[in-house]
Amino acid sequence: MDYIKKTRYITFNYLFIFPAVAIFSLFYIYPFIKVIHLSLSQWDGIAFKPSAFVGLLNFKNILFNDTANWWASMGQAGYITLWALTFQNILALLLALACDRAIKAGAIYRFIFFIPPILSEVVVGLVWWWIYDGNWGLLNQWLTSAGFAHLAHNWLSPSLEEGSRLMVRMLPLTCIAIVHCWKGFGWAFIILLAGLQNIPRNLYEAAKVDGADAWEVFWRITFPIMMPVMILVVILTILGAMQGFVLILAMTNGGPYYYTEVPVTRILDSMRNGHFGFACAQSLIFGMILLILSFSQFKLSRKMQKA
Amino acid sequence: MKKFNIYIVKRFTISSIIHAFLITVSAACIFPLLWMVGTALKTQQTVFSDLSLFPKHLHWENFYIAWIQGKFWLYFLNSVLYTTVVVTAIVFISSLAAYAFSRLKFPGRNFFFYMFLAAMMIPLPGSFVALFVVLKKWHLTEGLILPRLGYIIALINVGLSLSVYIFKTFFDQIPDDLEDAARVDGCSRLGIWWHMAMPIAKPAIAVVVIFNALNVWNEYILAMLILQENSLMPLQRGLMVFQGAHMTQYPLLMSGITLSVIPIMLVYIFVQKYIIKEITAKTAKVYNG
Repeated sequence: MDYIKKTRYITFNYLFIFPAVAIFSLFYIYPFIKVIHLSLSQWDGIAFKPSAFVGLLNFKNILFNDTANWWASMGQAGYITLWALTFQNILALLLALACDRAIKAGAIYRFIFFIPPILSEVVVGLVWWWIYDGNWGLLNQWLTSAGFAHLAHNWLSPSLEEGSRLMVRMLPLTCIAIVHCWKGFGWAFIILLAGLQNIPRNLYEAAKVDGADAWEVFWRITFPIMMPVMILVVILTILGAMQGFVLILAMTNGGPYYYTEVPVTRILDSMRNGHFGFACAQSLIFGMILLILSFSQFKLSRKMQKA
Repeated sequence: MKKFNIYIVKRFTISSIIHAFLITVSAACIFPLLWMVGTALKTQQTVFSDLSLFPKHLHWENFYIAWIQGKFWLYFLNSVLYTTVVVTAIVFISSLAAYAFSRLKFPGRNFFFYMFLAAMMIPLPGSFVALFVVLKKWHLTEGLILPRLGYIIALINVGLSLSVYIFKTFFDQIPDDLEDAARVDGCSRLGIWWHMAMPIAKPAIAVVVIFNALNVWNEYILAMLILQENSLMPLQRGLMVFQGAHMTQYPLLMSGITLSVIPIMLVYIFVQKYIIKEITAKTAKVYNG
């Protein structure tokens, strides 16, 4: 009797988590297993079942035979990430330091800086696509009216007449990277500001009494205390910038040529071309790379905290 | 006395430089949006000749045209539908689960909780491939009703992990006595969740609603894969379709974009305090381990 009661009690408890676990199993775990299964097969997405088990062939092809496409796209995502890590995060840190000084109107700045992050990537991409537009975009109109007509470009698809091969290769990607920073710096700013505000004020006062100048205060107090928060920002920046792709779909859709492709748009392309197994293998490899990156960052931060 | 003046001048200069810096960045933030609204109010003829940010003749009819002929009313209603249903479902499903993880005892409790936590930590780029394959297998991408269902459940799943985590951290802080008192009053477990935990958890509900609503409203990739019919599409998908079909109708496109941004901005004005508070609290956790 008691046993039945207890079983009923526990079963009822399971009902609380049942909806969440059911959805999670069907839409997260099952697809996850499916990814592993498909990555080992060849499948056009139309036939009822994957046609052939090919073992690690997809992985081998991606790692060794598809360098031009896959690793190039990885490098392009890395380039955007580099911009985000340096330009975006240094800007965010400077802004956070400025706002931390208890200045008036700090709340307004905070409000404004977080507007780009709440907009969708489609909206941001389409608005900037129009700003960069080669014929009638705002940027060229501005440059022309300011007397810099020679600087006007087809920003997102420059032709070889406009400049060097290198420029044609890098200009669209750089434009995208800048938009990515525009959209993302608000996040880094809010997190860094929160970190700064957690630093006890009396530390600053003590340093002042000891005669430290602003530079010394930053390097001796702010910087070491902020280390964990900054590593968090770095991890989030890397994960965000490497995986971002909707912005690219809205602005260039991977072009010109394949110069603005990133791994996720590559995965999307493989999928659209009916190489589902290949797409799954690509996402597994990319996921592993991201996991290793963020895990080593995390380890590094633990080590530094102990030291 | 002289020294005092120098001090004031120095401070004034520094603060001016800081403000100039902050104002420049603010302008860079807002300017593209002003340009978007400005373009939305021009006509197809003036958009290429009128360079001003605020055109002289405001063509409000663009919004009407985009709304009716550009079918943005349809996309807008779809977005409202998806956002409402998904967020409501997430609040119920994740708070129930989080309550169990926090308060009830059953074998495998930690296992299931860490499962959600792990899903939050592990990056799964391109997870949409497998999701699409699975949805297709279950015929959730065909017809006019099933794709809606597939899309909604897929989005519920996306928001689940973080929401469970937010609710659990909140429920963990509720003192036991409150629950004991409710139990003495004869409340069942479901009753305690609904009458005691949920009313107290209003701040957590607010955070979950805000973050998930933003997420769903701005979602694009799953909408692109799952929803092929025009009548099913939410705003983000509709915008891309409109851009693809009418490449050069910039004023109408910008009107559509403005329409999609207005609700977000309105909500943001009221909830930005919560957003910043939540991020600040999460950051403080980084310090404490």
